[in-house]
Amino acid sequence: MNALLEIHEVTKRFGGLSAISSCSIGVEAGRTHGIIGPNGAGKTTLFNLITGIYKPTSGDIRFKRESIIGLRPNRVAALGIGRTFQNIRLFRNLTVLENVRIAFDSQLHYSPFEAFFGLSRQVRDEKRSIDESLRLLSPFGLADQAGSLAGELSYGSQRRLEIARALALKPDVLLLDEPAAGMNTAETATLTEFLRWVRREFQLTLVLIEHHMHLVMNLCDRITVLDFGQTIAEGTPKEIRDNPRVIEAYLGEADE
Amino acid sequence: MTRFRAFLTSASRWRWALPALVAAGLAFALLAESYPIINSYTQFVLITVGINIILSASLNLVNGYMGEFSVGHAGFMSLGAYASAVMTTKWFPDASWAFFPSVLFGGTVAALIGFLLALLSFKTRGDYLAIITLAFLMIVKSAFENIPYVGGPRGLLGIDKHTTLVWTLFWVVITLWVIRNLVYSKFGRAVVAIREDEIAANAMGVRTREAKILAFVVSSFFGGVAGALFAHQIQFINPSSFDIIKSTEILVMVYLGGVGSLAGSILGAVIFTFLAQALQPLGTWRMVIMPLILVFLMLFRPRGIMGLRELAWFLPVRELSKRPGA
Repeated sequence: MNALLEIHEVTKRFGGLSAISSCSIGVEAGRTHGIIGPNGAGKTTLFNLITGIYKPTSGDIRFKRESIIGLRPNRVAALGIGRTFQNIRLFRNLTVLENVRIAFDSQLHYSPFEAFFGLSRQVRDEKRSIDESLRLLSPFGLADQAGSLAGELSYGSQRRLEIARALALKPDVLLLDEPAAGMNTAETATLTEFLRWVRREFQLTLVLIEHHMHLVMNLCDRITVLDFGQTIAEGTPKEIRDNPRVIEAYLGEADE
Repeated sequence: MTRFRAFLTSASRWRWALPALVAAGLAFALLAESYPIINSYTQFVLITVGINIILSASLNLVNGYMGEFSVGHAGFMSLGAYASAVMTTKWFPDASWAFFPSVLFGGTVAALIGFLLALLSFKTRGDYLAIITLAFLMIVKSAFENIPYVGGPRGLLGIDKHTTLVWTLFWVVITLWVIRNLVYSKFGRAVVAIREDEIAANAMGVRTREAKILAFVVSSFFGGVAGALFAHQIQFINPSSFDIIKSTEILVMVYLGGVGSLAGSILGAVIFTFLAQALQPLGTWRMVIMPLILVFLMLFRPRGIMGLRELAWFLPVRELSKRPGA
């Protein structure tokens, strides 16, 4: 297998409860992989396992062929896995610019000593970080609000800022946790186009959790369906749409 | 509010005024040392203001910028005070050159212990970390009470009076300069990101452990420096000079002036010191009025006077235009 991100028979148990059991997913570079399933199926748990917030009970997760099990979340992020959160987690009391700069900072290499005394490399690095962060913000329509507090932005802007912030990490893979949550059909359609643009512009591999089927079916190359922590189906959008087990999981059994 | 923000922005055109102010202060301090411009009481109060600025600015790094709640700052102060006083009274008595190295030594000893506390903060946050800092404060106090070498409960006597107005001003400037540079660097942004949302910070590649270590080490270093200056101002220290009341006083300065603001730390220290002096004649009533002020402050301005805002003087030039309200 030649996948960029490989989840191999991962199991996560909380006490007696299996949140994820023996789940395997391979995401190839440049592809968009959707993860769908009813509430409580373990989708977000899977993201937390990939990003190092949780450690799997068993199984392996490989990124660029190296195991990332046991790495701290900030190490995983620095390796090139960015993410957004289901319930937006911006730094609310900081400005839009500062939010992006914090993610950009992992690419600055000055030492604490250089910071204490404001030496030249620090000054140069700081200037670069402001310039590049502002440049990143403009296609997101946020450059004008660079000085506003993140918590004061509209809901849609906050969602976009969260994506911009994750991109400041210069990730190879971006994990999106319900990017269209709380959006209506028109907004979701706009978001779909926007994500298509982001994917092309930043040459990203996307993994997304989503309930809006329209977005998932339009954007994804492959889809994994989870239910009670188990993979019940995997395939192209068309295969998933016609799969009786998926319909069953979402709508209940046919002959009840 | 708009007028206040306008002032903040216009202050950027007055950037030269800050070095001028420091130079004027230094000239005044030098003059006061040789000529009797101010009496010894005023001098004592001014030095106390300086020490309190160092204490509140350094505690603000952990409690304001990082959003933890440390009640152990008096413990770091005590470590710095004892370490430096031992150096000047026992190792190098009658050597006036030993004062500056002894302050550095006091800060370093406090910073080493601060490093250990930072390691504990990896696993523990919030209320639980507050209890750990409280335990730390009690351990330091009872340790000094039981070491005969530093006088046990009686403490250390006969410390030379080395803390002058000039030295105090010197350390105030160093403290504010270093903390300001730290806060407006990637390390400072990491510290603030921990306060805002530690999980999101980690997911954005922020090296949170490094940031915690840095915040605790720098904070405790300057806490130790303040202790060293205090010891050589009062000329007598004992373990109960650095109890929970002392920690509380520093907390009051931080939360009065404003969390996450250096201007706030200065303001808090100045107001607190002068108020404490002004209310002295009231005796016990002082202990009624001070807490009442604090209660009203928390009700109407929970983040303190300057909470999360900064005087333009302390902001890097390149960030001025990117601030809210600028």
